[in-house]
Amino acid sequence: MMNNKMSFTILSRSENEHFARIVVAAFIAQLDPTVEELTDIKTSVSEAVTNCIIHGYRNDPTQEIIITVELRDGEAWISVQDFGEGIEDLAQARMPLYTSKPDLERSGMGFTIMENFMNHLTVYSIPGKGTTVEMVKVFSKTIAVVK
Amino acid sequence: MGLACEMRCKNRVLIVRMQGELDHHTAENLREEIIQQKELSNCIHIIMNFQNLSFMDSSGLGVVFGRFKQIRSQGGELVVCSVPPSIHRIFEMSGLYKVVPYVNNEEAALDFLGVTK
Repeated sequence: MMNNKMSFTILSRSENEHFARIVVAAFIAQLDPTVEELTDIKTSVSEAVTNCIIHGYRNDPTQEIIITVELRDGEAWISVQDFGEGIEDLAQARMPLYTSKPDLERSGMGFTIMENFMNHLTVYSIPGKGTTVEMVKVFSKTIAVVK
Repeated sequence: MGLACEMRCKNRVLIVRMQGELDHHTAENLREEIIQQKELSNCIHIIMNFQNLSFMDSSGLGVVFGRFKQIRSQGGELVVCSVPPSIHRIFEMSGLYKVVPYVNNEEAALDFLGVTK
């Protein structure tokens, strides 16, 4: 199976959420995922980028977000990185329905959606330095080949 | 691709039909539009129709929960209908259906609210 990699940087503007998820989906299309798998990935990327903008950078549109996608042995490894304020309490942040910004009508479901839609989710965060979310999607086709 | 929204009021029910993608970027406008239309039209209830929504993430969920809380506090009801499978999964995961009624289509939603066609 061919391995491949790409990376791109976007400004922390909400207009770029749509751009980020379609670019990732277009790159992953070479693994021939199902429509549902693509939706899982687009939704998870959207959640991660939105977190960078709202929480990492507190809606400052001038900062940078780096998105990297690696295709390894038929799996997609996606990382979304910001250099913003970081997360003090990761366990709390990952709790379903927890949000630090209820006044903005945030649902607190971002991490829960990423956890459910992807096969693995790892969050690295250093307060004051930034946050990196690493997500892995294993495709049904890949599982079939391995079997 | 953005979000287009069509709203109309029928027997004091505000019907909101969304088309396109509902994310953090488009959620803010949608929220404002619904709040404004509800005020202008003097509607009591809201039906949100998801049939032509091709994408939604947790920001959309925030808008739905937000309208639910608002409309309940004002004595009305929010009903969601015509939810595509990808969005249905997010609603189920969040527990939305424990508090917000969900029906198959707009007609059923109007029925549910006791409004005849």
